[in-house]
Amino acid sequence: MKEELFVSGRNIPYIDPYLNIWHWEIPVYLFLGGLAAGIMFFAGYFTIMRKEKEMQATVKYAPFLVPVALVLGLIALFLDLKHQLYFWRLYTTIRLESPMSWGAWTLMLITPLSMVWVASYTREVFSRWDWKFKILYQLEELIIKNRKSLAWAMMFLAVILGVYTGILLSAFNARPLWNTSILGPLFLVSGLSTGLATIIWMSKSKYERKVLSRLDLMLIGVELFLIIHLFMGFLAASEVQIEAAQLFLGGEFTVVFWVFVIILGLIFPAIMEILELRGFHIPIWIPSLLILIGGFVFRYVMVEAGQITRYLY
Amino acid sequence: MRYAMAIDTKKCVGCSDCVVACQTENNVPHGYCRDWIVENVVGSYPNVEIELRSERCNHCDNSPCVRCCPTGASHIVEGGIVKVTHSECIGCGACIQSCPYDARYSHPDGYVDKCTFCDHRLALGQDPACVEVCPTSCLYFGDLEDPNSEVAKALKNRNWKVLAPEAGTKPQLYFLT
Ligand code: SF4
Ligand code: SF4
Repeated sequence: MKEELFVSGRNIPYIDPYLNIWHWEIPVYLFLGGLAAGIMFFAGYFTIMRKEKEMQATVKYAPFLVPVALVLGLIALFLDLKHQLYFWRLYTTIRLESPMSWGAWTLMLITPLSMVWVASYTREVFSRWDWKFKILYQLEELIIKNRKSLAWAMMFLAVILGVYTGILLSAFNARPLWNTSILGPLFLVSGLSTGLATIIWMSKSKYERKVLSRLDLMLIGVELFLIIHLFMGFLAASEVQIEAAQLFLGGEFTVVFWVFVIILGLIFPAIMEILELRGFHIPIWIPSLLILIGGFVFRYVMVEAGQITRYLY
Repeated sequence: MRYAMAIDTKKCVGCSDCVVACQTENNVPHGYCRDWIVENVVGSYPNVEIELRSERCNHCDNSPCVRCCPTGASHIVEGGIVKVTHSECIGCGACIQSCPYDARYSHPDGYVDKCTFCDHRLALGQDPACVEVCPTSCLYFGDLEDPNSEVAKALKNRNWKVLAPEAGTKPQLYFLT
């Protein structure tokens, strides 16, 4: 007994033989969003915990990367659009049912917020910076006075942004690989971890690195746990999701996923961080870079593989 | 009012006239199409069965493509027809990802395009181009809620199925088997 499907009269670009309408732009957008969310979350957290003195890279230096990452992320999103002249249409409506819509709005809120945060530290970081106008100095003073409230807002929006990078995919019922609610928390945790990796890389203080490495180890643990959960869920679900999981369990994405994401992107850096905490001397940029690469490859593979998965009829 | 289409898989011969009629009627760019033919072959010789289906957008009752659209370009008009306003579409591709039937495509001009049930013809009291042209008259179109419509009559006396009902979109193309 054999079943074969022929589709005639159809060979549409990007749709046939299998869907491939999203390319590198969307994974870049998701990666940078997660990274920015990670940095903002911890900058907010350690400010609220009154640890600004000890955690200088977290609170003061790394946030300078956030507006850059967010703007680059928005540019990547823009490049993905095929009807670019109409980009502004994104910002004339709010549609809560559409993750693409509320995500774009979240970015619209969080980008200026991160800029305000960075502005409040600009004179501390670049000692010769001059705001030129008196009103700008007054504004700076006002922001510095309200840093705590800003920190709360940043943490809150960072969580939404981080979860959004997963929900953007998980909301698509038609793509069985994406259609699991674990993707939101998983992308959030992965984003927080890439944020931490970046801060650890920038930090010059031993104490700060130690605190952050411990946190990162915890996040890597949670991430592995969620990934195991993801596959358990798929394998216990319907045929289309079992097939989706097979792409990573023997199918064409097996090697990239297990080598670059799991081993080189999570387990290996975790071992290095443990060794570092135990007092071995390890160049800190190695685990950080591996985590960042792993985080990007993870998103890239998920976006590519997810588009292949579909309902068969 | 609920527009729907019934496709008689026993009468269809897979000639692709509906595909060409749509491409002509709707100025579909070369290399693209809004409807297409699927040949489903089951078994091996001499026990072979072939099902021929003329497929297009299902104008789903629970349409994920409309829900995920960030600008509202994808929307539903009278009779449940799912349409895209080209001048509101930013070409983000979300709706293409969301459709379990791959019924949408990215038009070379940037916006997303798909079957409209030829609503411009419906407005004139005509049938969609594919229905009109079918040489075996195997496509039935009309208002599901009107018991005297072609589609309602076709569904009354025959067995039918919809495609991938497990995707949960409540598709409105009915395949007579
Ligand atoms: S078939 Fe696809 S494009 Fe048409 S209404 Fe359903 S989900 Fe939307
Ligand atoms: S591609 Fe156009 S119609 Fe589709 S979801 Fe995006 S804006 Fe809406």
